[in-house]
Formats: sequence, C-alpha cells, structure tokens
Amino acid sequence: MSAPDLALLQPVLSELAPQGRTALLPALHAAQDLYGYIPEPVAEEIARTLRIPLADVFGVLEFYALFHTEPVGKVIIHVCNDPACALAGADTVLKQLSRHAEYALETGELVSVTIEQAPCLGLCDHAPALLIQNTPATASPESTWQELVAKTGRRPQTHVDGDLRLLTKRCGSGQTTSLEAYLADGGYTALKKALAMSSTSVIEEIKASGLVGRGGAAFPTGLKWESAAQAQGSPKYVVCNADEAEPGTFKDRVLMEDDPHQILEGMIISAYAIGAEKGYFYIRGEYLNAYHTIQRAVEEARTANLLGAHILGSDFSFDIEIRRGAGAYICGEETALFESIEGKRGFPRVKPPFPTTHGLFGKPTVINNVETLANVPLILNLGAKEYRKIGTEKSPGPKLFCLSGDVHQPGLYEVPFGVTLRHLIFDLGGGLRSDVPFQAALIGGAAGTFATSDHLDTPLSFEGLRSAGLTLGSGVITVFDAQRDLRDVLYRLARFFAEESCGKCYPCQIGTQRQYEILARLRNGQFLPGDIERLQDVGWTMTDASLCGLGQTAASAILSALKYWPHLFQPAQPA
Amino acid sequence: MESSPVTLTIDGQTIQANPNTTILEAAQQVGIEIPTICYHEHCTANALCRICVVEVSNARALVPACIANVQEGVVVQTHSARVQRARRTILEMLHSSVDLSEAPEILAMAKNYNADPQRFPDAQRREPPVIDDNPMYIRDYAKCILCWRCVQVCAEDAQYTYAINFSGRGYETQISTFFHHAMPETTCVFCGQCVGVCPTGALKPKREWLLEQGHNPETIMQLTRSERRGKKRRANLTV
Repeated sequence: MSAPDLALLQPVLSELAPQGRTALLPALHAAQDLYGYIPEPVAEEIARTLRIPLADVFGVLEFYALFHTEPVGKVIIHVCNDPACALAGADTVLKQLSRHAEYALETGELVSVTIEQAPCLGLCDHAPALLIQNTPATASPESTWQELVAKTGRRPQTHVDGDLRLLTKRCGSGQTTSLEAYLADGGYTALKKALAMSSTSVIEEIKASGLVGRGGAAFPTGLKWESAAQAQGSPKYVVCNADEAEPGTFKDRVLMEDDPHQILEGMIISAYAIGAEKGYFYIRGEYLNAYHTIQRAVEEARTANLLGAHILGSDFSFDIEIRRGAGAYICGEETALFESIEGKRGFPRVKPPFPTTHGLFGKPTVINNVETLANVPLILNLGAKEYRKIGTEKSPGPKLFCLSGDVHQPGLYEVPFGVTLRHLIFDLGGGLRSDVPFQAALIGGAAGTFATSDHLDTPLSFEGLRSAGLTLGSGVITVFDAQRDLRDVLYRLARFFAEESCGKCYPCQIGTQRQYEILARLRNGQFLPGDIERLQDVGWTMTDASLCGLGQTAASAILSALKYWPHLFQPAQPA
Repeated sequence: MESSPVTLTIDGQTIQANPNTTILEAAQQVGIEIPTICYHEHCTANALCRICVVEVSNARALVPACIANVQEGVVVQTHSARVQRARRTILEMLHSSVDLSEAPEILAMAKNYNADPQRFPDAQRREPPVIDDNPMYIRDYAKCILCWRCVQVCAEDAQYTYAINFSGRGYETQISTFFHHAMPETTCVFCGQCVGVCPTGALKPKREWLLEQGHNPETIMQLTRSERRGKKRRANLTV
C-alpha cells in the first residue's frame, strides 16, 4: 500500500491547528473524507498539528464507531439491526446484501463494499433502514446493493401528524423550512421579544412555563438556565444536544431536517438568557442530512444578523459552531458530549459538579435537547400562561412521540401531554398493521420500559407514566404484536447496550456484556438454573451503581420484562 | 478558608466532618471500612470501579464514597442490602472477566462479600496474550481490570509521558499504545510508575516475570543482559 499523500490534508489542518485538541473530531472526519479511513501517518500528522499525544489520538479513533483505522470499501453500507428494523426484516436485508456483495466480489463486477451492522439510525418509521455512504435509504428484504445505491439521493420523508401542530407546524412537507419561510410564518419574533426583555425575565418566563428537558432526564429547563446564568466563570456556553441515538427515536432528526430555524431561535434565546457568546450544535455522526440542514440554516441566520455580532442591532453577540459526532450513543450523555467536543473519548464525567457550573471546557454551560429548544420560541410567543394550558398541570406543553414497530402508520406525532397510549397507537397510528393483536409497547427506547395491554389507558404524562411504573424517556413508542418473539427483542436491546457501553465504570462495562450473553443464550432456548437471579443482580447493580445514565438504564427494559413475563426467562413448564 | 463542619450519620454513628471530606475519609476516621479497588491516594479519583458505593439518604442511585463529599444531615449506609448486592455482583463479574490470581486484595474482598467466582459460567473472558516487547516490563492484559491507574500516572498524574491510552470500548477496552506499537517505539521512558500502581500483576517487571517462568537467575541475566547493554551503549553515544 502506498503512503497517503499528506499534502491533501494540509489546508484543513492548518485551518484547524489554532483550535488545538478540540478540533480532533473535525480533523478526523476531514481526513476520513479524503482517504476513506485514517491511516497511521495521517493520525500522526493530525496529532502533531493539533499537539495531542499519539496514544490519545489512537484512543479517540478507537472509541468512535464511524472512524476506521483500516481500509474500507468504496461503498459503506450501515444496516440497522435494532428492534423496529428487525421487525421489518433487517436481518434478511443484512444477509442478502452480504451475499450479493460476496458474489459480486468473486465475479469482479463490483467496486469494493463494506457492510456494517449499525445501531438505530433514527429512521424507524422507514424500517428496515440503511445508510449508504451516510445517506439514508430504505430497503426491502429483496433489495440488492446495486438497487439500493441507485435509489439514494432523496431523504425519506417522515409522516408527521397529531392532535397539535405547534412544534411540528412547519414539518412533514418534505421540504426544509427556509429562513424566508420561517420569517413569513412569524419566525424569530420570540427572539425579538426576548431581546427587549431582561435576561432574568426570559429565564422567569421559561421557569413559569414548566418546561422540562425532552431528552429523557426531564430536568426543569428554567432552573438549568438560572443556575448557569448565576454561575461564576466565563465564558459561558450553550450546547444543543442533537446526538439523538436512543433506539426508536427520530423526532430531533425531523425537527432539524424540516424546521432548523425553530431550534436555532431557541438556542439564541438560551444564550441571551445565560450570557453566552458561543454555542455548539452537536449532531450525531449518522445524521449527515441534518448536519447539512443545520449548516445551511446557520449560514442563513448569520447573513440575516440573527447570529454574529450585535444580533439585530442589540448589544448581544452570539455564534454557533456545528460539530459532528462519530458513532457513539454515549455522547448523548451531556458530560460525554462535552468530552467529545473537547477532542476526547466520550467518557461521561462524575457528577457533581454539574454542567451549569463546570460544563464544556470546565465553564458554566447550558445543554439542552433539540425538542426542548424548539419549545422555547413557542413559550415566548404564547406566554407561559397560555403555554401551560396545553398538556396537564404537572406536564405542561406539547410532546413529540416517535411511533414505530407493528403499527399501521409509523411516524412522528405531536400531542398535548396527557393523551393515552391507546389514543396514540390506535387513533393516531391507526392501530396494528395486521390483524394480530397488541402484545406490548416499549416506551422510552432501549433505556425505557415495556407497557402491556393493561397500560393502554395510561396518560402519557410524566406523572401518569410514573404512577404506572413506566418512564417517558425521549418519547419513543415501539409497538410489538402478539406474534413477536420478545426474547429476540430483549436480545437486541442487550446487544445495543453491550456495544454502546463506553467501558468506564465496572457495573456497565461488564454488566452490559453479561446481560447480553445471558439473553443471547435465552434467545436460543438455552436456560441455566438461576438465570432470573443473575439478570436481576446484574440489572439492579447497573441501575444502582453505574456512573451515568447509560448504565443506570441499561437494564430497565429487561427488568420490566422480568416483571411482566417471567416465563420468557425459564424453560417451558411441562403441562 | 475554614468552613464549619457538617454533621451526618454513617451506619448509625453521628459524626462531624469538614465539608471537603469525602465519605470514604469520614468513614475511615470513625473506623468504618469501605472497600476500594480503582482508588489510589496518589491518583485522580475517577470513581469507576464503583465498589465503594454507599447508600445516601438524599440520592436516588448509590454514591461512590471515594469522591462524594459529606453533606449536612444525610444518613449514609455503607453496608445496606443494596450496597452488598452491588459489591458482590461487581466482584462476581470481575471474576468472570479477568485473571485475579495475583490480586490478593480483590480475592479477599470477594470472599468477604460471598461472591461466587463461578456465578457467570459461560462468560466470555478477556484473555489477550502477554505482551513482551521491552526489556523492563511485561503487559499481561488478561489480568487487567481497567482501573486506569497506569494511564493516569503515564499522563497528568505523574510522568506526562502519554505513552498509553485505550483501544476499543466497552467490554473490549484495552490499554494500548498508538496503533499497538511496541513500547520502545513509543514515548515511554520506562520510569516504572505504571508497574508500581498496577493492582493485579498485569504490569510486572520483566525479571520477576522470567523468574516466575522457571528461569534461574543466571539465565535471566543472560536473557536480559544484551538488552541492558544495548541501553548502555545508546546512553554512552549521547554523552
């Protein structure tokens, strides 16, 4: 193999060099775009230019699934194998593609191709989902890779519907809402309102709205802003967490692809509220479409002086840098995301201290999920009082739900908090796809809990779900009909966590692996005495003792299955 | 700055401690032992082994005593049923993953907590081959529990050498040099600090290792002599 031409990389590297280590992921992405993978001399050159120890650069390369240290095929296909796609035949697609690729290689008719199994790609409504050269595609179990490659170019359009169309007002048309269209629809009036208010009053308004984070942890947004605004230290940062990767979730992707300015407006307002001049928009590596959409929107906003110095003639200056992840679910955990922006392995940090005082680069930081930020312009436009009329008293506002699996119409549904699970699945989603009755729904993704038919009348609100022993998580509902093998579903969830654990703390590093091994065995019908106790000990140890939210929820779905369906975990009793 | 002490309860004992004290230190002061594995008093505490977790009245999850500070009015239980289950299971999982035969403290701890070494009979163990690539020490990662101490002392905790970091992630994580290079090709200065802080015998002086392999001292001298001479010659050249 010939040595890579390092001169190709020089223009990018000299531009990134002044940033130092924080530019590591951007540099690696740029290098991989040029060479197809990261050869050793390239990694060395990047380390030298950005002044990072060699071993650390290798550590980062090894951490992120999208970076390759070995040559890969000219065409890279990622096939999702998580529950929603598995229901739609993802395993067959993977097998077929691999067989076609092998055959084509033997006959020499083909450019080289690399086919990889991938975690949830956020295309659950188009299952079985694939990425071909980072571009989303959908497949059928009969597809060949040649057909698939020919099909790319158009992004799959998500079905958007619901009882409300507030956050999704400009979503679902198949078009990205331009700045012009956003302004024509009253866009950025909330920002103008905010700029005429004191930052404290903006925070008070958000507090009064009762908005809590939509990424899964449900922390009160106003309190977070207030804490960062009052924190000592500068500069301060705001970060948009667009590392959406919870299996079954695609709401943030749709918001970013269809209505990017709504999110930017929320982010600019949050920066004004806490006194930040710089923001980071961190988008998961697999969401290349969303990355380009946000890129264009940021440029539009800069041209219109909605970003940059003296925004709309005020004293407030703020700009946004966009960052791409590189294939690590853990980077959706806020402190792991900071580490990633800082150019490190995505290891979560111990808390406290919390991000509002010690966040990105150790500075006071507000980090909010995409959907959370999309609520901000709505709150300022309506006023907190009107906003609170939506939803329930304890869970105010609209909520996006990602419905997929065995439902007639998978898609993104906007509803007020408090509608029932039944309403969402049967009235909005059109019920089950076939005549097979409902068996279960996984609420909250891989980190969520199972609901049974007994839960269908549970109100979808924080308090309603909590009292039923369920969690809302990021708003995922994956439906399984009565013919589905739940052991297979559990096996896939366990595999997901074993693959995505960062490996830092022992309970999750080893626990996710043991949990996966046991469920792989059960799926094949091999039972050992004591499996239930083993799973419970591993599960509760991860839940109780793990360092971050990933480990603390890695057994959630499995423990809920143990509660409802203990028979899945032991051999059939003789009649 | 002097701050006024806080009052808390640990295992039923009411104690006073400076607010900058960790729960681990506060417990030690009154003779309550909390086990630790990754913790080392000269390294940055990362709270990653989680064996020191305790139950604290105002926390939802268990709390690592090595880094969590005492707080006014909290009730701490260092040996509750939840704590014991977590510790026992972590020890059983360690047993199922790596060779603990040269980690007497962990073995004693496992016995103490009634951990069953065979709890996970079909577990995939981490068993990479021994790396013998330099005259000073060997790396036997089948014994590595990923406590991170070696990486830390090689970096900001002591030596600022940065010869090692990680490869892989999750259960597949391993301590590694840049692209798995042999140690002499890295920035390693053979200071030996990593060997000194390794708690499980995964890092070991080469001569000790050769002795264990059954070689007699003469052979060992022969086996390492040329290498040592090589070192000396290079040193002379730079004078």
